[in-house]
Amino acid sequence: MTVTSVTMIEMQKPEQGIRLSERQLRARHNRSVAIALALAAFVVVIFLVTIVKLGGNVLTRPM
Amino acid sequence: MSVTAARVEPSVAGAGDYIELMKPRVMSLVVFTALVGLVVAPGHVHPVIALTALLCIATGAGAAGALNMWYDADIDARMTRTAGRPIPRGQVTPGEAAGFGMTLAAFSIVTLGLMVNWLAAAMLAFTILFYIVIYTMWLKRLTPQNIVIGGAAGALPPMIGWAAATGGLAIEPTVLFLIIFFWTPPHFWALSLYRAEDYARAGIPMLPVIAGDRETRRQILLYTLILAPLGTVPWLLGYAGAAYGLVALAAGAVMIALALRLRAEQQGHAASKQLFAFSILYLFLLFAMLLVDRMSGGLSSLVAA
Repeated sequence: MTVTSVTMIEMQKPEQGIRLSERQLRARHNRSVAIALALAAFVVVIFLVTIVKLGGNVLTRPM
Repeated sequence: MSVTAARVEPSVAGAGDYIELMKPRVMSLVVFTALVGLVVAPGHVHPVIALTALLCIATGAGAAGALNMWYDADIDARMTRTAGRPIPRGQVTPGEAAGFGMTLAAFSIVTLGLMVNWLAAAMLAFTILFYIVIYTMWLKRLTPQNIVIGGAAGALPPMIGWAAATGGLAIEPTVLFLIIFFWTPPHFWALSLYRAEDYARAGIPMLPVIAGDRETRRQILLYTLILAPLGTVPWLLGYAGAAYGLVALAAGAVMIALALRLRAEQQGHAASKQLFAFSILYLFLLFAMLLVDRMSGGLSSLVAA
């Protein structure tokens, strides 16, 4: 069997797995945006607390 | 042997459903009382640290809400008041709610410990555990004293706020704890008086379901008689000013008057609805006055300087 014929068979096979409905896709997108925002907020909080806790000492380190 | 995996439909839950799982209204009360605990505490806390503490406490409260909805999904579905919650509505599966709640709980506790202090984190962990294990899993379906003992979880946030600010505990936040603790029974029993059928249908042994309306009204009055003087203690102990004292006295008197009216009410639920509504205002007024008192004290010392 040649590479071309394998590719042809692959293309003809019906798509496997779960196909999400329009509503499920919208919900997943909505959740993904919320997770991204929460993660960004978490990063900002960690950054700010680090700056506040270390203060000017952020540049003080043994050379 | 064959293993058949249960087919699970992909989720249709949006971010709004997950926010609903966190009981935003309860969360706002938790954040407000924790803020008061944090602000009335002596000393200065950097605003970023204070904000981080409040964010962690809010997230912890949300985690407790989600875990409560996970465990109580069966009874929520049977009650009119809670049938529209995300799990009974079929928007979120119980497993998703449990996973969400546990993730939030772990994140909020660890972040509070690492970023603020470990006493506040331990207290937040204890509050979540108490609300889920002691109240939700054990007492809620077992005894009419469920909300009395379980109320301790809702009363702890001002102590967590204080611990976040000072790294320790003292008599002042304990008084705030006691105010919320004794406020909880009149507040919830007033609600349960006009929702008794709902609770009975769900099989929850709330006081009106088990002991009847008359006994519930009597106990509401008893708790209110403890609550009203307790509300003035921050003023009597000297960590709140005269304005707070006056508001606490006046609001306490109204609470007692409403509880007496409820005790005398023969028919209908007008008095219980009134007491329920005013109890929310009562707690808000007391804690808002503590906040105002502290803020104005801070302002006058700034002006004097």
